[in-house]
Amino acid sequence: MKSCIERLFNGIIKENPTFVLTLGMCPTLAVTTSAINGLGMGLSTMVVLALSNLIISALRKVIPDKVRIPSYIVIVASLVTVVGLLMEAYVPGLYASLGIYIDLIVVNCIILGRAESYASKNKMLPSLFDGIGMGLGFTFALTLIGAVREFFGNASIFGLTGPKVYGTSIPVLLVELVNKIFNPDSSSAFVRGLGDFFTGEFASFSPIGILVMAPGAFFVLAILTAIQNVIKAKGEAKGKDMSKIQSGCSSDCMSCHESGCSRRLVEPEKTEAKKTEEVKEAVTEAEKPAEEVSEAKTETVEAAGTQDVKSGKEDE
Amino acid sequence: MNGNYFINLMIVAITSSLVSNVVLSQFLGLCPFLGVSKKVKTASGMGAAVIFVITLSSLVAGVVYKFILTPLHITYLKTIVFILIIAALVQFVELFLKKFVKPLYEALGVYLPLITTNCAVLGVAINNVNDGYDILTGVVNGFATAAGFAIAIIILAGIREKMEYNDIPKPFRGMPIVLVTAGLMAIAFCGFAGLI
Repeated sequence: MKSCIERLFNGIIKENPTFVLTLGMCPTLAVTTSAINGLGMGLSTMVVLALSNLIISALRKVIPDKVRIPSYIVIVASLVTVVGLLMEAYVPGLYASLGIYIDLIVVNCIILGRAESYASKNKMLPSLFDGIGMGLGFTFALTLIGAVREFFGNASIFGLTGPKVYGTSIPVLLVELVNKIFNPDSSSAFVRGLGDFFTGEFASFSPIGILVMAPGAFFVLAILTAIQNVIKAKGEAKGKDMSKIQSGCSSDCMSCHESGCSRRLVEPEKTEAKKTEEVKEAVTEAEKPAEEVSEAKTETVEAAGTQDVKSGKEDE
Repeated sequence: MNGNYFINLMIVAITSSLVSNVVLSQFLGLCPFLGVSKKVKTASGMGAAVIFVITLSSLVAGVVYKFILTPLHITYLKTIVFILIIAALVQFVELFLKKFVKPLYEALGVYLPLITTNCAVLGVAINNVNDGYDILTGVVNGFATAAGFAIAIIILAGIREKMEYNDIPKPFRGMPIVLVTAGLMAIAFCGFAGLI
């Protein structure tokens, strides 16, 4: 049970698919125009992810290694069809607003990535919880991004404008306050913004509409990855291992050997993969002597240093 | 085939290539859009490969949907069938080109595995069905969508080549500035909205 809770924690925080790994960006950008869309998309992805992890883990000894990717795709596609039909029946409004992106859960790299890297190697219960954890992490991220975009772009959260203050709803007040603060052509914008906040004069209100449109999605993601860059740089400066951040898919596609990404039906690339492994081994072997040499050097330097100190002491 | 039909085809083509561009307003195929756009040369290779694959796959998916899924009343299986068709098709095309059309394979071969199940390919096939297009309209829609992808990725690659020498704030180096560029391109493409 402990490992299950660990999997949940891992999915939501440590390896959050959106905020840490930067995986599955297409649906993240497309459906987060409002918090409710993000929540719906996240939850349906979570259901598919948890069940596909469970089934793949149950069948991991039955599925032949050579055709595992197509088998996974069939399992995931079946689950997506089931979820899609259920949503169409019970939440038709949400289904209509998510549209084609429900079907496209099939090609979400989070799902095949988890199948390949976790479910195909572990027991059923941890795999199920891994799926739930990753799904919750994805849901959390989508809802948060959706809420931020909806808040600034439409001045509401979950479609609600909240209780009214001075005849204006709170989100409108806050957005307007931000607008006032960043308004460049007023000398004491902040003070005036605060003043307006208390007198309730918001006649010129208009939310930042571009945030709920397509370009806004790119800007939001740009800011998110910039924040990731800062955190990564700070962590590295402190000497922490930050390799997980953006390890999902932000690098060059041409040199990507992730089978969950440029996935194939069968794997004719075995020889190539072996080659790269050989190259890697050769590289590590080549690096080893150099490291040893440098270590030896530092040792000698240290030894010399201690000797100096010793000789100094002796001199005293 | 009358004039109205042809005009309709033209409208579909312009809509899916420019007005609702596949990457910049539908966010499909974002990974290769960001990952293969460092140089104009590779970007145009990728664009050509995407045009080739999407046109072909929308043809095959359209035929299978009309002559197999619809008569058997199993259209609800479209997601499963389409994804397998696309994956198998790309594999087959790669083998075919390798064996019989060497020059084309040398030009596109590297990119084919990258688009095996690129979400734009599946997205076009499902869109064609959802919008009730016939086979020809579906193929035109597929070609135009892919052309839209090629236009977007080549423009982005051109900008990125110029951007190499720019002094960018440190946190924005790498992916963030590319995303900002893509966002500005998306604003520009919003201008096509009045076209239809």
